Amino acid sequence: MGMQAFLDVFDIYLLEAVINGILLGGVLALLALGLNLIFGVIDVTWICYAELVMIGMYGMYFMVQYYGISYFVAAPLTILLVAVLGAALHYLVIAPLLTAPPINQLLATGGVLFVLQSFATVTFGIDFRNLGIRLPVLAFGDMNFSYARLLSFVAALVGMVAVYLFMTRTFTGTAIRAISQDRQIMALMGVDAKRIYLITSALGGALAGLAACLLVLQYDVHPFVGLSFGPITFLICVLGGLGNFIGGFIASFVFAEIISLGGLFSDLEWGYVLAFAFFIVMMFIRPAGLLARRR
Amino acid sequence: MLELRGVNAGYGTFQALFDLNLDVKGGEAVGVIGPNGAGKTTLMRVISGLIRPSRGSIKMEGVDLVATPAHKIVSLGIAHVPENRRLFSQLTVDDNLKMGAFMKEARDHYAERLEVVFDLFPRLKERRHQMAGTMSGGEQQMCAIGRAMMSNPKLLLLDEPSAGLAPVVVQQVFELVKRIRASGLTVLIVEQNVQQVLKVVDRAYLIEAGTIRSSGTSAEMLASDTVKEAYLGV
Repeated sequence: MGMQAFLDVFDIYLLEAVINGILLGGVLALLALGLNLIFGVIDVTWICYAELVMIGMYGMYFMVQYYGISYFVAAPLTILLVAVLGAALHYLVIAPLLTAPPINQLLATGGVLFVLQSFATVTFGIDFRNLGIRLPVLAFGDMNFSYARLLSFVAALVGMVAVYLFMTRTFTGTAIRAISQDRQIMALMGVDAKRIYLITSALGGALAGLAACLLVLQYDVHPFVGLSFGPITFLICVLGGLGNFIGGFIASFVFAEIISLGGLFSDLEWGYVLAFAFFIVMMFIRPAGLLARRR
Repeated sequence: MLELRGVNAGYGTFQALFDLNLDVKGGEAVGVIGPNGAGKTTLMRVISGLIRPSRGSIKMEGVDLVATPAHKIVSLGIAHVPENRRLFSQLTVDDNLKMGAFMKEARDHYAERLEVVFDLFPRLKERRHQMAGTMSGGEQQMCAIGRAMMSNPKLLLLDEPSAGLAPVVVQQVFELVKRIRASGLTVLIVEQNVQQVLKVVDRAYLIEAGTIRSSGTSAEMLASDTVKEAYLGV
């Protein structure tokens, strides 16, 4: 008997881990899409991307916990807040540096990262805070899934589909795709490139805002929470090929599965160790990313 | 329709145009010929606002273009088909045409304009879902002209439409230019292919080292000794 029972239980856990990996992948893909959008269109890396998410999480916390606003009202407000923050980041920091060497832009957004972390530390303190919403756990046979993760996954997918439709169906979305290919001639199309960059930055911010609404259901917010998913988002984007939306999407699920399955065999931290090790190996095998075009 | 007076322009410290005067009247087709580096492309770019003149005035139907932001010039009725076509090569033909209709006035008539452009270039309709960069040179030129036509312009600026195309295709491009002319559009065309361009335009300017050397009707230019010796190899 012993061995067979062990295998049965193991399979259930394995399936649960695979599904949890997919659920985690949805939110990671949302973050990667936002970062890739900014990089692919404006050719700038927002090092402080996860810190925008952190600010959004605080926004959710204060609206829901402090002002007692309902989650579903606070969520669109938070998305709007972080969208404005993204546009402001572009207008105040990136736009003046658009023609500067990439290292200057990198340092500037790196500076914003520390400014936002310090701002949060000074203003909100270093306490871990959460929404105090306890969502039920869904039991499916012998497997358990967190309702928060399920909701996040669905919302992340809806968000990504909305971005896809916007990018392919609207004139502004088409201009966002066009500007990444040839910025100089946009004026000949009657397009104000500055305005398109601002819209793109707001969209990137909105995606960070949506991610904040979803992550705050699963994680406590504190000034350094950005470090929990900022680095992993960068690895995903690099693995998928910076600026490559489809590559980023696939890489998100690859990483999520490694983290989730790695966590199955020991604890979650080892999942992250495996993910980073995998990344290093991949950088030797495919330095330009999973879907790099062979030139 | 278009009027340039005493225009100086260049890039940084390099001056490409010197005290240049040029007129295009409504319904005309005007050619600009001259050697490489004479300032022909700069002339086109200064009209569509991609670069700004350091001196002089440019007016379209009385509106001062120098004071108009570059992205608003297209809504005054000027569409520029740039040198080397500059298509969005990784977007579909449809998306490229959509970009040509970006400005508000054109967006409202998007479906109509698409019809007009597909009538003019049935080939583009067949290829509408193809990536623009994967088409042949001639098809790409059609797409570039079609994209410019999407804005329903009054004045079409064509910069070297025959460059880099096979001789047979060059013929087709000049046929196209004739058809566009026939539809009542005013055309300003820059070309190195002097023989061909003089067949489709009413008048032409000869530009050398950034200034107008001579101008006249196509017949006059064809007969002129300067043009004959330097550009027609007669």
